[in-house]
Amino acid sequence: MSDNFPQLLDTRSLQFAIDDGFNWIVTNYGDTLEQIFMPLLRFLGGLEAFLQWLPWYVTILVIAALTHAAARRIRATIGAVAMMLVIGLLGLWNDAMSTVALMLAATLVSIVLGIPLGIVLARSNPVRTVALPMLDIMQTMPIFVYLIPFVMLFGPGKIPAILATVFFAIPPVIRLTDLGIRQVDAEVVEAIEAFGATSGQKLFKVQIPLAMPTIMAGINQTTMMALSMVVIASMIGAGGLGYQVLQGIQRLEVSRGLMSGIAIVFLAVVFDRIAQAFGRRAQKHLMAEE
Amino acid sequence: MSTADIKIRVDKVSKVFGNRVDDAMRALSDGADKAEVLKKTGCVVGLRDIDFSINQGETFVIMGLSGSGKSTLIRHFNRLIEPTAGQIVVDGRDIMRMNSRELLEFRRTGVSMVFQRFGLLPHQNVLDNTICGLLLQGIDRRVAVDRGMEQLELVGLKGFEEKYPRQLSGGMQQRVGLARALSTRADILLMDEAFSALDPLIKSDMQEQLLDIQARLKKTIIFITHDLDEALHLGDRIAILKDGELRQVGTGEEILFKPADDYVERFVRKVDLSRALFVHEAVKNVPVLSSAEATAERMAGLLDRNAYVVVASGPSATVVTKDGPREGSPAARIEASAPIGQCFPLLAGSETLVVETGGIPVGVLTREMAFRALARLAPAAA
Repeated sequence: MSDNFPQLLDTRSLQFAIDDGFNWIVTNYGDTLEQIFMPLLRFLGGLEAFLQWLPWYVTILVIAALTHAAARRIRATIGAVAMMLVIGLLGLWNDAMSTVALMLAATLVSIVLGIPLGIVLARSNPVRTVALPMLDIMQTMPIFVYLIPFVMLFGPGKIPAILATVFFAIPPVIRLTDLGIRQVDAEVVEAIEAFGATSGQKLFKVQIPLAMPTIMAGINQTTMMALSMVVIASMIGAGGLGYQVLQGIQRLEVSRGLMSGIAIVFLAVVFDRIAQAFGRRAQKHLMAEE
Repeated sequence: MSTADIKIRVDKVSKVFGNRVDDAMRALSDGADKAEVLKKTGCVVGLRDIDFSINQGETFVIMGLSGSGKSTLIRHFNRLIEPTAGQIVVDGRDIMRMNSRELLEFRRTGVSMVFQRFGLLPHQNVLDNTICGLLLQGIDRRVAVDRGMEQLELVGLKGFEEKYPRQLSGGMQQRVGLARALSTRADILLMDEAFSALDPLIKSDMQEQLLDIQARLKKTIIFITHDLDEALHLGDRIAILKDGELRQVGTGEEILFKPADDYVERFVRKVDLSRALFVHEAVKNVPVLSSAEATAERMAGLLDRNAYVVVASGPSATVVTKDGPREGSPAARIEASAPIGQCFPLLAGSETLVVETGGIPVGVLTREMAFRALARLAPAAA
């Protein structure tokens, strides 16, 4: 097949170089990398087993308590409970729990890595200049492209699934941590500096507390993106609700796809509500008006 | 003024913002002006060769319009902004030479600051805001709370400790800002347009409160403002800044009556003279006798040479002229340091006032003298 554009570059050798290079990494460091990420796998496995072991009514009770603590509205709480019950009634409880486990683990990793990265971005303009386009690329790159190297490194399974999910879901929390810190009123920061705060005190006493609503919005977006990734991650062995959707496609069963689709939507709504309500509570003290 | 009284000395401080600072400084020392430096190097000259000293216990006002560099200058005293060149010496110590730990210590204990838009922590209540400087000093929370409560009482905010800044009016928020600054017990108080964001009535309340506090605590205050009335009211001395250059430093009288150049003159033209002019500038010093000394012979002798003689007997004083004692004696009295505006209600009731310093009569002020003093300035005000 000949292209309309003249061939100025030998892409075949470039491809070989990239592929060989990556293969070299896989052969030489594959095992080491797998060892490094073993604790993550154990954590995910443990979380999944725990959620599936926990009696359903306890799980629903915890979700109800969380929703109520965050939103303080009885309707929101009833809604969350109803949606979780529907997921159970559809016979998708265990799949839902393994999806939740993957989502929580990926979100947790994203938060643990993303907030410090966001702080670094907020404090250094050069780092930010380099990092922002990279975050753009990470968010725009088709998700499937991430799957290839991760599957090569770890083989199909939960580790590549969670890592690809983290890769995809981490940008919002980094971005919004950076944004939140930069948006903190400069005079307030200056004031605390004038009274002799170290840069650590400035960060933890002023910048992070005041950026909290924005950071929470980032965590919320990250949670949602992690959830949206589970269907794709199921293609490389993540299991859960995504796997049900995948089977629906393979077997051309509309019902299976629809039911697990509904379950994913309900999970998204429940977790979105909780995260948003916590974000609003974080904001309550900071609003300008009474 | 002996050097022992000098609290802060600003020595040839310049500040240039931009990427080619060295080129800009060279251009400045070759005599280029602000616009030329900007054109040649792309650098903005914030301050240029600023030189002055501030005395212990003095309220020093730095005045200028926006863009004059006054906010930049005040941030040099605690190194929120670093100068490009020059020294700032506080208590004999060059603060530019402080390492980062010494600087933190200096900011915690040596100098405190009040901000135009208050700079309070919105997520902490009034008490926590007040003691935040103390907690940064590492003082035990209970001790800090006691001291914070003391300061809140001093600024009239007792009972508001649990409120959040957003629940308070602007004036009350700035009182918190003031309490926070005073609670660290720093000698130097920096006030960056501290009252500019407040409405006029609250502003004048706050000015009185500051004068009141200053009379008791004798801090060294550096006060930034663009309001000349405020500067004259609060400042022992005033520095006028334009385009990053110091145009004049002097007392309110010097600024008003001996403006160094056209700019300062234009600046002072609109001032409210009745507040800016003080009784002692209009007063005529006259012989003062006690009633025992006031023999007829002596009085006649003195009245040959003086239009007025004051006869003081205990707490009351009478003004005597050739025609005999003035009506309305004993005369109303006024302190020499009062603004002349305060005389008008008294002068409406009696032709002549006795002027005193610290309760001791020193001279007289007539209606005519008060008006003449104002009229002397009228050309400047026209």
